[in-house]
This record gives sequence, structure tokens and C-alpha cells, in this order.
Amino acid sequence: MSLNYRDRIPNNVDLGTNRSLQRALEHWQPKFLTWWQDLGPEGFQAADVYLRTATSVDAKGWATYGKVKMPDYRWGIFLAEQTADRRIGFGDFYGKPAWDQVPGDFRSTLRRLIVTQGDTEPASVEQQRLLGQICPSLYDLRNLFQVNVEEGRHLWAMVYLLHAYFGRDGREEAEELLARHSGDADKPRILGTFNEPISDWLSFYMFTYFTDRDGKFQLKSLAESGFDPLARTCQFMLTEEAHHMFVGETGIGRVIRRTLEVMDEINSDDPEALRKAGAIDLPTVQKYLNFWFSSSLDLFGSDVSSNAATVFANGLKGRPDEGRYEDHVCVEDVFDLDKPDGKGGVETETVPLRNAMNEVTRNAYVKDCMIGVKRWNRSIAKAGKPFELTLPSTRFRRQIGSWAGFSVMPDGTPIDEEAWNARVNEWLPTEADQQFVHSLMRQVTAPGKMASWIAPPDRGINNLPVDYEYVHLG
Amino acid sequence: MSFVSFDRDSDQYRHWKVAIDGPLATLSMDVDEDSGLVDGYQLKLNSYDLGVDIELHDIVQRLRFEHPTVKAVVLTSAKERMFCAGANIYMLSTSSHAWKVNFCKFTNETRNGLEDSSAHSGLRFLAAINGTCAGGGYEIALACDEIVMIDDRSSTVSLPEVPLLGVLPGTGGLTRVVDKRGVRRDLADLFCTNADGVKAERAKEWGLVDAIAPPSRFEETVQIHAQGLADRSDRPDHAQGVTLTPLKRRMDEASIAYEHVAVAIDRSGRTATVTVEAPDSEQPSHIDAIRQAGAEWWPLAMARQLDDALLHLRHNFADVGTIVLKTRGEIDAVMAVDAALETHQADWFVREVIGMLRRTFARLEVTSRSLYAIIDEGSCFAGTLAELEFAADRSYMLDLPDAEEEGQDAPMIVLSPMNFGPYLMVNHLTRLQTRFGKDPVVMEGLRERIGERLDAQAALAAGLITVAPDDLDWDDEIRLALEERAGLSPDALTGMEASLRFAGTETMETKIFGRLSAWQNWVFNRPNAVGEQGALRLFGSGSKAHFDWERV
Repeated sequence: MSLNYRDRIPNNVDLGTNRSLQRALEHWQPKFLTWWQDLGPEGFQAADVYLRTATSVDAKGWATYGKVKMPDYRWGIFLAEQTADRRIGFGDFYGKPAWDQVPGDFRSTLRRLIVTQGDTEPASVEQQRLLGQICPSLYDLRNLFQVNVEEGRHLWAMVYLLHAYFGRDGREEAEELLARHSGDADKPRILGTFNEPISDWLSFYMFTYFTDRDGKFQLKSLAESGFDPLARTCQFMLTEEAHHMFVGETGIGRVIRRTLEVMDEINSDDPEALRKAGAIDLPTVQKYLNFWFSSSLDLFGSDVSSNAATVFANGLKGRPDEGRYEDHVCVEDVFDLDKPDGKGGVETETVPLRNAMNEVTRNAYVKDCMIGVKRWNRSIAKAGKPFELTLPSTRFRRQIGSWAGFSVMPDGTPIDEEAWNARVNEWLPTEADQQFVHSLMRQVTAPGKMASWIAPPDRGINNLPVDYEYVHLG
Repeated sequence: MSFVSFDRDSDQYRHWKVAIDGPLATLSMDVDEDSGLVDGYQLKLNSYDLGVDIELHDIVQRLRFEHPTVKAVVLTSAKERMFCAGANIYMLSTSSHAWKVNFCKFTNETRNGLEDSSAHSGLRFLAAINGTCAGGGYEIALACDEIVMIDDRSSTVSLPEVPLLGVLPGTGGLTRVVDKRGVRRDLADLFCTNADGVKAERAKEWGLVDAIAPPSRFEETVQIHAQGLADRSDRPDHAQGVTLTPLKRRMDEASIAYEHVAVAIDRSGRTATVTVEAPDSEQPSHIDAIRQAGAEWWPLAMARQLDDALLHLRHNFADVGTIVLKTRGEIDAVMAVDAALETHQADWFVREVIGMLRRTFARLEVTSRSLYAIIDEGSCFAGTLAELEFAADRSYMLDLPDAEEEGQDAPMIVLSPMNFGPYLMVNHLTRLQTRFGKDPVVMEGLRERIGERLDAQAALAAGLITVAPDDLDWDDEIRLALEERAGLSPDALTGMEASLRFAGTETMETKIFGRLSAWQNWVFNRPNAVGEQGALRLFGSGSKAHFDWERV
């Protein structure tokens, strides 16, 4: 029986005629569906969800809306259109033709890059699997599921690369992507952050704003890759990733808007009073921001990194928006890094630029994170409240890099451990803060209705009204 | 090269945590990245340099002597999901060739020392690989009796030296994978060319590890294996340890002096004279008194001092090409100690002292210096100390034909039972077996002469010495022999001596010190590794090596 691959698995990789890829995917797909049933969103597999499905990469097809049960979602395989005569844009192979096949020398490095990226996609679905049961609205529930199915599709994208280009090793790694589970002590996900459960919606918005933004920058770096199929895959993934950050930015913005409204209603900015009125006080928002921003910074890796130098030099992973730089080889340039001087202060170390590529990407990320913070602060200022959210210093609460393990205040000042312990509750969510946030998390599923702690969105999805039934709970 | 000290104390380890619980000791590697022995690199990801290994050596030494009831040692990591990344590459790529060689040699001796203790003193080792384990990290594990690896679906074991650095695994990895663990050679070929290594399941399947366990059962599995190893140990259940007191050493530009060992350096002649003195006080013969003497007991004190002297000569006096070995003291005093060693060799402490002597003599032979034994008036090359003479590349013994008439005290050599068994060389033969090609007739003949005082002529006839100049020729002969040696190519001498010293059977150690180290030292000198475009030089810069593709 010949399957209609375009229907079952939307794709632009000529799946219908590629026998070996078909065989690999046919073997893997049932395992993926089992994984989705077991570890995907808990309790909503039978619900009809208003989802966007990519059916092609052009303007018409990349966002096809309709109600679908999640297990029937058509996870597809899409690469951005090929650019004729594409050249490698950076590193030692600068200007040489991009690779259509994996160069043997870089096979294991590329595989590791893809596996590490791929592992985060299902991990976040697993981390978020219980959030549906405490959603603040149907609109948000739908956004959660949109994020989830797209993370699922990103997994497919990475699995496609593993199946199509890495032979038996690739097939094994693809299965391992389903075998490791977030928070499973025996089979944890590769990166530490992705093993922490996300158990409230404030954290979910922070995750989609800060942690998914790391994903965006990783994808932007990989979208520059000299290995053309990887570059094209990541280029298309970026279009979807943008939505995830939209969910984060508007989510945090709506939490803040609601808090500002309640401040006016009760005519107080006292955190206790606000909490009693069912809103999340701004200092608590700041603490969550401190937590998620700092943990996301670690995902970029060490500030001096031989791996980063190697993947850059070999043309495998570039800088985000590599085209904006003048020098794409970076063999002479240096980079000044701040690091602890061992005496409680800060010193500057000059390292070869190639070894500092993680830091270059991290700096671009920090700049990008600022945009939302400015927008939130504008709404606070407009409401006439004397409060400003800030991004903590990149030295704050780091577990990777030169500042790992050092006690540093959010403003970047190194302090001793005693001072840190005395003040940490001002900077990071306390158990009481978390309990309070959890206490607000009650499921709201009436169309158009919002939980007490969050304002409605400005508009609905795809020009539909906010009170549209985005999820039909069957 | 910067000066290296080998003194360590158990309360000042920077890189290891030691926990002792009954018969089990757990050594957790927890490298302090900012405490490298030399400036210029950080010891990230539990990577090690010579300083980390000196501590490991010290810890194992103390387990041998200070903790006799420890039967099995668990080697693991205190870092999360990272067992050990191996030797620090930046340290290697910025080190001189000599530093690299000495580093590899010391680490090899420490690894071999684990196996030596397991084989001879019942101290067993278990590697508990609780995270990613690469290169030298896996080689530490290979030196253990058993390997248990965590199966968290991510952690790997690997020997990435060839694909990543263009060099060889430098501490016996290639040899032990096939020789010790019996990994099939084609699978070993796959393994040693894959920079990423293999995860637990395949590692088990290929025989790279003995057991695997998920994180939730890892501790328990490690405990079971450690207990199993401890059960098979014959170390004592109850015993008082012997404290290894700090070595007393006086050192200047031209000499190193200990209580029983003195080193005199002739800088211009590039020669070091190492003089070992026999005990000059009464030594205990009863086992209780021997234990009471502890670190002060002459054979242990002397071995520790000689060992330390050799390490200093290697690391801090690189241009000394010839080591002249001398002894001073009473032959009877040495023979009395040998009698005590032989009588009590089953006692845990005496067994450890014999082990220390065995490893020290072995260290002497792989020190890459010409070794001349000078057997002159006042010497006491008897029994245990005669091993120094048998270790030498050549020996000169003063012949005093008119000794009796002139009332001279002619030097003598005396064999003891200790020359016929305990001090095995790296080829697992005694020095006499190696010297005489294991000829049973010769060996039996020598055995019959145990205790007999052999003067120069008798020793020459028995083949125990090389040359026997008389007192008229002596000074000139010795001077010429030393000057002549000092003029030869140090590289050719090192290769020649290593080839001649270890005749007889091939063992894992001889392969590691001979074959593997020779290949490695060749690779370490080749542009493909250390040239401007070499893989080792470029590691970390990101750039890809440019190889000269000619196969040599």
C-alpha cells in the first residue's frame, strides 16, 4: 500500500520518493505518537484545539488554521527554500560552497549539535504537560498547545536531519530523543534547565520569553551553518519560534497590566494587599524574571569555549545574523571578558574572539531580552507607578562560565556568601512566593473569561474574537 | 620547567575528596579549576594536570600504608554528570616535550601502581563512572579492577585523542582496551576514532565497562561491586596503619640529601651520583617492632627517599643524563633487613614495603637516564640493594687483587632470597631472570650462592657485573666511562637503554612504557600534532589541523 506522504506528513523534502527516509520515519512515528500520548499535554488529547499547521513554507501554507485533536496534528518536515549557490558565511571555509551532505570530518560534531538542540524540543513539552489543568483562559490554553505541537514539530525537524544524514547512529539518536525524559532521574534530558518542571503560568510565560529566546538564538546560529539542510531547517523553525516569544512577552505584559489595574482598584501598591486581591505584585514578577533570565543565560555555555571556537571555525555554527558582521573569519580578533579576579573584584581577560562566540551570542540575546522589558516598563510608567523591571547582571546566579558559583548581586557587584544568603530572598522567588503564585493557578475554561491575575489579550488568534472557543473540551 | 614538589599531606588535597567507610574508600575527583600546577590554564571539567595526579598518587600511597583495612577503593567524581575529561589539553599544548613525557610517565606509573597493588597487596579498585568520561578519565578507569558506568542515556566513555587531538591516549588506554579488557580489535578501532565515544549500553556490550546502572540504582550497583572486590581482598580486617611522615629533605642547586639517600649533581658532567646508605642502627626483626618502627623502618624510609629523589631528578634536573648508583654501609645490616623482609613478607605492612621497593626500582628503570652502578670500597650491594646494581645498564666493580695482603676492604656483592622473587620488573620477571634470559641452570647456580660474599672476580665470573678494573686503572676507567657516555645522543641512549633493559616477556606495562610511549613520543614530536597547524596545537582555537598526509 502506498501512503500519501504529503497528506500524512506535510513536507517539502520529497519524502514520497525517498525510501530509506520513509522507512526510518515509519519506524519512528509510532514511537513519537506513543510519547505524545504519554508525556504530551495531560488530559487534553481528545479536545479540539484551534491550531496553526504548517503545510508548506510559502506565505500561504505556513499558517493554516483549523480545529484539530492534538494526536492528529500533522507534524511536518519543512526546510526553508534552497538558495542557489549558497556559500559558507564564516569560519575557515568562508566563501566555499555550502555542504549538501554531512562532511565526514564533522559528522560527530554536527550530530551532537543536532541532538542537543533536538533534546530541548520534547523536553519543554514534557516540562509543560500539566499546565493545561491550571490554564488562566481558553485563549492561553490554545497558545500553550500551539507552542507544544510546534516544539513537537521542531523535534520532527531534528529527527529528519538525523534520519536523512546520519545513518544508523542518527536513527539511534532519534530514538534516544524520545527515551530521555524531563526530570526523569534515570534518563534526564541533556541540559539541566530542561529537567525542571514548569508548574505555574508565570513561569511558563517567563520560559517562553527567556528560555525560548535562547532557542531562537541557537536556531539563528545554526541557521548560518555551512551544512545547508541544517541551516534551512532552522530558518523555517525560527518563523514558529517567534510565536512562542510572543506568548511570553504578551503573557508577562498581561500579568503586569492586571496588577496595575488592581493597584488602581484598591488604590495601593502594597504587595500583601495586591496578593489578597488576587494579583501578582511587581516585586514577585521581578524575582521570577531574575530566576528565568539567569538560568537561560547558562544555556549559551561557557564564556570561553573551545567547542564554540571549533564549531565556528569549521563553519558549523555561526553568530546570529552573521551577515551583519564585517569579519567572518575572526582569526585575529580578541574579546574582552569580565571575570572574577579572585580577590572579590572584577578583572578583564582578553581571549581570542573565536573562543568567546558563546559570549557574543549571549550579549546579542541580552540586548534582545531588553526589548520586552522596555515595553513592560512603558506600561508601568504610563499607569503612573514608580516601579521599573530590570534585567539582572549576566554575572548574577550563574552556574556555567567564569561567574559560576560566585555570589553576585543583581546589579553585578560581587559579594560574599554571607551577604548573599542574607539577601537572596529579595532577589529570587522564595518558597512563600511560589506557594502564592501556585495558589492563584485555577483552571478557567469559559470562553473569553480570564483568571484574576491576568488581563485579557488585546486581540484573539487569526482575527477571531478573544471569547472564541479556542479549545473545545470534548 | 618550573620546579615541582611531590610532597602532599592528607589534609591539603585540592582536587580530591577521600572518604573511608570500613573496608571501602571512596576517592571523589573534584578538581579545583583554578589550582593548576602551572599558570596559564584552567582545569575545567575535572581535567587533570601533574598536580592532580601527584595528589592521587599520595592518596593511594596513604591508603596502602595508613589504612591497611581498606580493601577496595571506589574512584568516582564529585562533579555532576562529569566523571573526568582527561588530561588538560591546554596544559599539554603549552607544555614542552619533556614536561609532557614526564607527566605521562608519572601518570602511567600511578595507573600501573593501582594494578600493582591489586595484584600484589589485595587493594582493589573500582571505577564508578558517574558522568561523561573522556580520554585520560577513561584510562584511570581502565587501570581499575572493575568499571561500573552510569546509564543516564547521555553520559559517554571515549578515547577521543586520535580524532580530536591527533595524538594517542597517553596512559595505556589503547593497550588496556584490547589487552586487559579484551575488547575486540575492530570494535576498539571504532571506539578509538569516535570523538563522541559510546553511551553506557554499547560500552557494556563492547566490554568497555563491566556493569551499567541507571542513576537511581547507580549507588547501589557501585556498592555491590565494591563490596564484591573487598570480599576478594586479603588485606587485614583489623590493623593499625603506619603514618607516612613528611620526608625530611635538604636540597640545593647541586645536591639533595635525605637520611639514607644522597644525590650529588655534577652539572658540568651532567651526572648525578645517588648514594644509598645501609641502616647504621639496629633494625627490628620482630614484626611488632617492625610495625612500631613504621615509616622509620629502613627499607621503607630508604625506598620513599629514593623514590622522591628519582622524581626530583626527572622533573627538576632534566639535563642530568647519567645516574651513578652507589651504596655505603654494612653488608650485614642490609642482609639482616632482607631476612626480616623475607620472614614477614605475608604481613600486610611488610608486603606494602616490598611493594614500595618494587615500584621504586621500576621507577628507576623507566627514568630515561643512563644507569651506572659503581661498586667500590665501603659499598654494600647486597640483597635488596643489589637490585640497584642489577637495574643498572652497566656496573663497575673495584677489583683489589691484593686486598688481603694490603689489608684493604674489597667490595663485595651478596645475593639474598629477595633477589629471586619479590622485586619484579615491569616485564614481570626478576632482574636476575631478565639478565640471564631465565636460564634455569644459571638461576639455580645463583640461588645456591645466596649469602656468599662475591668479590670482583667472582662477580665477574658469575656475570653479575660488567667490568672489574683494578685499583690502578679504577679512577681513569670510571672517568672515561662517564665522559664517554655523556657525549652520546641522549635520545638514542634513551631508546637503546629502554630496548635493552626489559628483555624477556612482553606485559601490559612493557607495552605501555615501551611501545605505546615510544609511539606517543614520536607523535608528540611530529608537526601533525605540535606544528603550527598541528591538531594538538590548534585544539581549542577551533581551527582544523592541516596534516602532512605522508604515512611514515
